[in-house]
Amino acid sequence: MSAPLLEVEGLSTTIGAARVVDGVRLELARGETFALLGESGCGKSMTALSLMRLLPPAGRIEAGAVRLDGVDLLRLSEAEMRRVRGARLAMIFQEPQTSLNPVMRIGAQIAEAVRLHAGAAAAVDARVLELLRAVGIPDPERRAREYPHQLSGGMKQRVMIAMALAGDPELLIADEPTTALDVTIQAQVLGLLKTLQQQSGLAVLLITHDLGVVAETAERLAVMYAGEIVETATTAAFFAAPAHPYSRMLLESLPTADKRGARLAAIPGRVPPLDRAFTGCRFVERCPRALARCVEQLPPWHEAGAGHWVRCHLWDADLVDTATVAEPAVAEGEQVPVGEDAAPLLEVADLKVHFPIHRGVLRRVVGQVRAVDGVSLRLRPGRTLALVGESGCGKTTAGKALLQLIAPTAGSIRYQGHELAGLSHRRMRRFRKDLQIIFQDPHASMNPRMLVGDVIGEGLQALGLARTRPERLRRAAELLELVGMPGAAVERYPHEFSGGQRQRICIARALAVDPRVIVCDEPTSALDVSVQAQILNLLKDLQARLGLSYLFITHDLSVVAYLAHEVAVMYLGRVVEQGRVEEVLERPRHPYTRALLSAVPVADPRAERRTLRLEGDMPSPSAPPPGCHFHPRCPEARPECALAYPEGRAVSATHRVHCILVEAEG
Amino acid sequence: MRLAVVVLLIWIGAALCAPWLVEAPNRVELKTLLAGPMPGAPLGTDALGRPVHERLLIGARVSLLVGFGVVAFAAALGTLLGLAAGLLGGWVDRLVVRMIDLFLAFPGILLAIALAGLLGPGVDNLVIALGMVGWVGYARLARAQALTLAEREHVLAARALGCGTWRILWRHLLPLALAPLLVEATFGIAAAIVAEAGLSFLGLGIQPPDASWGSMLRDGVSYLLVAPHLVIAPGVALFAVTLAVNLLGDWLRDRLDVRARSQGVM
Ligand SMILES: Nc1ncnc2c1ncn2[C@@H]1O[C@H](COP(=O)(O)OP(=O)(O)O)[C@@H](O)[C@H]1O
Ligand code: SF4
Ligand code: SF4
Ligand SMILES: [Mg+2]
Repeated sequence: MSAPLLEVEGLSTTIGAARVVDGVRLELARGETFALLGESGCGKSMTALSLMRLLPPAGRIEAGAVRLDGVDLLRLSEAEMRRVRGARLAMIFQEPQTSLNPVMRIGAQIAEAVRLHAGAAAAVDARVLELLRAVGIPDPERRAREYPHQLSGGMKQRVMIAMALAGDPELLIADEPTTALDVTIQAQVLGLLKTLQQQSGLAVLLITHDLGVVAETAERLAVMYAGEIVETATTAAFFAAPAHPYSRMLLESLPTADKRGARLAAIPGRVPPLDRAFTGCRFVERCPRALARCVEQLPPWHEAGAGHWVRCHLWDADLVDTATVAEPAVAEGEQVPVGEDAAPLLEVADLKVHFPIHRGVLRRVVGQVRAVDGVSLRLRPGRTLALVGESGCGKTTAGKALLQLIAPTAGSIRYQGHELAGLSHRRMRRFRKDLQIIFQDPHASMNPRMLVGDVIGEGLQALGLARTRPERLRRAAELLELVGMPGAAVERYPHEFSGGQRQRICIARALAVDPRVIVCDEPTSALDVSVQAQILNLLKDLQARLGLSYLFITHDLSVVAYLAHEVAVMYLGRVVEQGRVEEVLERPRHPYTRALLSAVPVADPRAERRTLRLEGDMPSPSAPPPGCHFHPRCPEARPECALAYPEGRAVSATHRVHCILVEAEG
Repeated sequence: MRLAVVVLLIWIGAALCAPWLVEAPNRVELKTLLAGPMPGAPLGTDALGRPVHERLLIGARVSLLVGFGVVAFAAALGTLLGLAAGLLGGWVDRLVVRMIDLFLAFPGILLAIALAGLLGPGVDNLVIALGMVGWVGYARLARAQALTLAEREHVLAARALGCGTWRILWRHLLPLALAPLLVEATFGIAAAIVAEAGLSFLGLGIQPPDASWGSMLRDGVSYLLVAPHLVIAPGVALFAVTLAVNLLGDWLRDRLDVRARSQGVM
């Protein structure tokens, strides 16, 4: 290998008393994609910001060297560093929303970045358009005059990339660049990065928590844990045989179809606080294979293969039998096939939720956002129905309308034969006990001023199921135990708990009233994979024990494959395909389902890549395209597709698809 | 903090005990007009020779009653209407917004004068009149708070658990909306005490010769150059009460924030 482009050595950064980056060593070649992998709070972003020397005010780089082409960036003056930023080293962030100036036109923002590095004023406009074209923004002349709020999330991220490229950098640091985006848009952005790289020999330091993204884009990677790199390898070697127990557990905690019958490996505990010195392995408290020496001795680097290094005592050559480290036992969970043919518990027919758009001083209604536009679903007892689709397709609205938290515009929702649509809050109350909901953001879904015990006891009190507070607190403590938390937590406030624990509290709150149906609205998408695994395991256990039915709303198809029995795929307010999970995920018939499936990054670099990539964004639900909603983006669209919305066609008794290409069967 | 409580307690105590503490706040003594501090009148006397300290004590009754009464009335009414409008939306919201717009279209003090005129003189009517004008500010604030908070999932979760509208208002919206309302309320107290002076001047509030801080201030202004103590005494009293209430409000707001209370978490 020629001299590396970037060489980081012994980099240590503190924020206050916490050493958030500790002795990090990295090497990046020109044109290479290197992934820094790890869960939230493990120091990935702080490493990136240290390289840019853009730490928050309390942050300080304590030691180390960051050599770009042999020049140590940490020795440069601030003025010299400013010339490096943007010109040689550029960075893009997770939230394109907050990284753009909302009151400045796109073109002007990019022009500013161009002028900083180029100078020659005449060529600026041409360069802006060239950059916009390079990042694949259609109609750049028009877009350049628009403001950030007129662009979709994926477009904004493209604009951010265009700005980062303005100075022709050699290294692009991308901090979770696609985490806030939908899978099909994520595939577009990752594809764009790859193309740019091939064209200009740009090196990319990709920071992500998503193993699938790493497997598909990076050549080499490093795994970070608690401020330290614990493993580094080529992507192929890593996914073939991850060496560090933490890496292995991360991979095992990913939900996939072939783990359906089993429980996911969840990593117990949480990342240790970083404000103290470590005497042993940082992972020891959570490691299932810890040895006695792990507590006292810092694990040194061991070589696990060519270019594959790991910081773990298990790989000490003196220790026999290391290479064949047994996989931690995965507990087998029995899957109870309940309710396959039982009568549906909840039946939704042609549900519509339209939100009026008001304009002008008179607040006249000028249009309708058709968030949900004719959705029919059936949920059977003890089963999980997954509602999948990209953000904005109406999943959450459908879930809320089902529980009458939003008034539906039309359609019927029958629960055990009772019509729920149109019931007032008061008349709905007798059904509240049976129908519960868990939200995506466990932080926002709890009243921060209430004790956990009161949060959980709320439903018991509101529905008069437990009249006295001691009784409610006792019940809350029991429920906490049920969801795997200490009962003593009733005396504390929600903010004292981590994201995963808060989600458990929310589950306990929903369970308190002993429901039969729970609408789970992306309950794990705000959580790290290892914590997601805990919550998915818990939901599965509870279903087996209590016979619950879930309407599981998600954008994550691997979670669907792991958890659901049936799937409904939504696009622009309508279900385009539904059926049993094997049917839909293994033999998808609708082009959108196929595109969605092929956009999901697979955490296995050997997996064959289906290269079905969607162009453009989902249109606005206030003006859905005529005919098949999907036709402007559909790779298989024909002229007829624009004429009428395709009728549902039954592919099998349980599998229905809305696409004219599909021949009805039977 | 402790000082604020002490100041308030002293004034409230003084107001309650005033009838026993003062001898003759309204007795005219023409021998000592506009006199400075002297035995029997440590704060001096006013234009009719009445002892300022006695009038200050007896005036505290009216002023504190008006200050706290108006704010309690206006804040309760406004908060309730504002939160309900924001939470329920629909016609309730439209009605409340219309009423807010209507009240905002008139200058507040004119409206209060008109109302007080209709209701007739008297402290009780004065409180009602000022409260009817003051609720608008609280309603606007509370509505804005409710609109953002109602988006939060904990309100939806409460609905999903079967909580009624009252319960949601009381337990899930009010505690989180309280902080800005408290700030508004602490300023409202001083404003009400001063407004009382204005209305009394028009003969709509307290009637002469009875004293209130507002009327003392107003009367004192005419003699500002010859006898500044007439303004200073009620002014300092008003300032002390306002400051104490403000401090109390801050303290209360911090107490209500459980995140700030249990240290350790950022
Ligand atoms: N502005 C900040 N002030 C104090 N601590 C911070 C700040 N930003 C991040 N941290 C802490 O730094 C650690 C690493 O954070 P970060 O680099 O953001 O991790 P990651 O990128 O893996 O999510 C965490 O413990 C986090 O709490
Ligand atoms: S060093 Fe010990 S505790 Fe750390 S990962 Fe290896 S086995 Fe586990
Ligand atoms: S109906 Fe036409 S546009 Fe719609 S999904 Fe089928 S082929 Fe594509
Ligand atoms: Mg981060």
